[in-house]
Amino acid sequence: MQDITEHLVELIKSTSTDLSPDVEQALHDAHEAEERGSAAQGALKTILDNVRMSRESGRPICQDTGTPNFTIWHPEGVSQRALTEQIKNALRIATEQACLRPNAVAALSGKNSGDNTGIDFPTIHFHECQQNDLRIGLMLKGGGSENCGCQYSIPSSEFAASRDIQGVRKAVLDAAFKAQGFGCAPGILGVGIGGDRATSVIKGKEQLFRTLGDSNPDPELDAMEKQLYREINELGIGPMGFGGKTTVLAVKMGELHRLPASFFVSIAYMCWADRRKIMTIRNGNVEITAP
Amino acid sequence: MSTKLTIPISEEQARGLKIGDQVLLSGVMFTGRDAAHKYLIDSFVKGPCPESERALYEHLRKGLSGGVIYHCGPVVRKRDDGKYEFVAAGPTTSIREEPYEADVIGHFGLRAVIGKGGMRDKTLAGCQQYGAVYLHAVGGAATLIAESVKEVVDVHKLDFGVPEAFWEIRVEDFPCVVTMDSHGQSLHDKVREDSETKLKEILAG
Repeated sequence: MQDITEHLVELIKSTSTDLSPDVEQALHDAHEAEERGSAAQGALKTILDNVRMSRESGRPICQDTGTPNFTIWHPEGVSQRALTEQIKNALRIATEQACLRPNAVAALSGKNSGDNTGIDFPTIHFHECQQNDLRIGLMLKGGGSENCGCQYSIPSSEFAASRDIQGVRKAVLDAAFKAQGFGCAPGILGVGIGGDRATSVIKGKEQLFRTLGDSNPDPELDAMEKQLYREINELGIGPMGFGGKTTVLAVKMGELHRLPASFFVSIAYMCWADRRKIMTIRNGNVEITAP
Repeated sequence: MSTKLTIPISEEQARGLKIGDQVLLSGVMFTGRDAAHKYLIDSFVKGPCPESERALYEHLRKGLSGGVIYHCGPVVRKRDDGKYEFVAAGPTTSIREEPYEADVIGHFGLRAVIGKGGMRDKTLAGCQQYGAVYLHAVGGAATLIAESVKEVVDVHKLDFGVPEAFWEIRVEDFPCVVTMDSHGQSLHDKVREDSETKLKEILAG
């Protein structure tokens, strides 16, 4: 197993300090759309200035560098154990270099591990693929936004929701309303439809790796993504909850099989920074790109 | 479109602000999160002040009168000359300090609290009673806000840990928005009400 620790450190630094172009474009468009001189427009200007300053100085975009979530697509024969060790070492180095804040605390005692490693921290998902290259995706998801995520079981006692796409729509609208601006709006919603309690959330988070401007290959989901994007923005919650035209930058949905008795809809709320990058290693060449 | 405000802030200035006002804040302020608020309440507000804390109490009383507490757990670096500099300094979610804030505002004569996500009725009432405001910083603007910190003047209670200590910082043009004012108005409540009305329309339509 090749030692890619230093490249992993680069991936971490890039994800933490360099905003993805699709996100920057969406924030720029949102800034232009807001009322001149409004607090909403002011907030987006501060965000865009911050993005530029972070990129230039190599400093974290946000001081909450979040939970590191790694997704690895690899060919047959790659050692998951060895890669996991390298990832943990890379996190330690990135923490020392202040690209990451020490963010792993023991659940009960609250004691900070100091180096962003701990029990099931970071999270790493491996997928073996029929390919020669190694692709490592990293998402940094902060606490404020994570606390705005939720899971519904439909039909719900809270609101009338049928077990269909309209029921899903109601759940997502409810989640977006409850989140207000607390997840550092304008946010991105990743929705998991189906699954069990665990896989439903994971499917929702996977959606956050998609490029903001993409389409869903499923026409029904694609139409609903666009409808929800419009409707949630009509709520007028705005950047930081100051009131404004852009409350979400995108809504992305994914479906998975479920038990007949269960119908879970999971919403992962991602903050405006939407920090995720993919490192591709092919024939010794290393490339770090946005989705 | 922004009001420039310098610490110490007078009661008149604080009461002159209303929700939605954009502010550029300058002067010396203190960070304070969960451990700091608990310490202020337990050691000083509930009293009596322990002898060992008297010096810090006097210093905080001077600095917080007409002053500002910023809900922030910064990333800090120590320079070669021994001074500290702020690397990343975005706001943390304020709601955790809700049980304490009004009492801290009243006891110390704070004119503003800066954070993210707003606070609730007890703090809103405290703002009205004492003449203070809640200022919402832009979440995630960690580098920009760190750049507005021109000097780390001092740090107190470092034994709380770096994120939880009282960092005494001199800032220039720190951008924030009044989301709770001294007239009982909360932008968070207003936006919630308006968005709830909108949601009902969307579900009905």
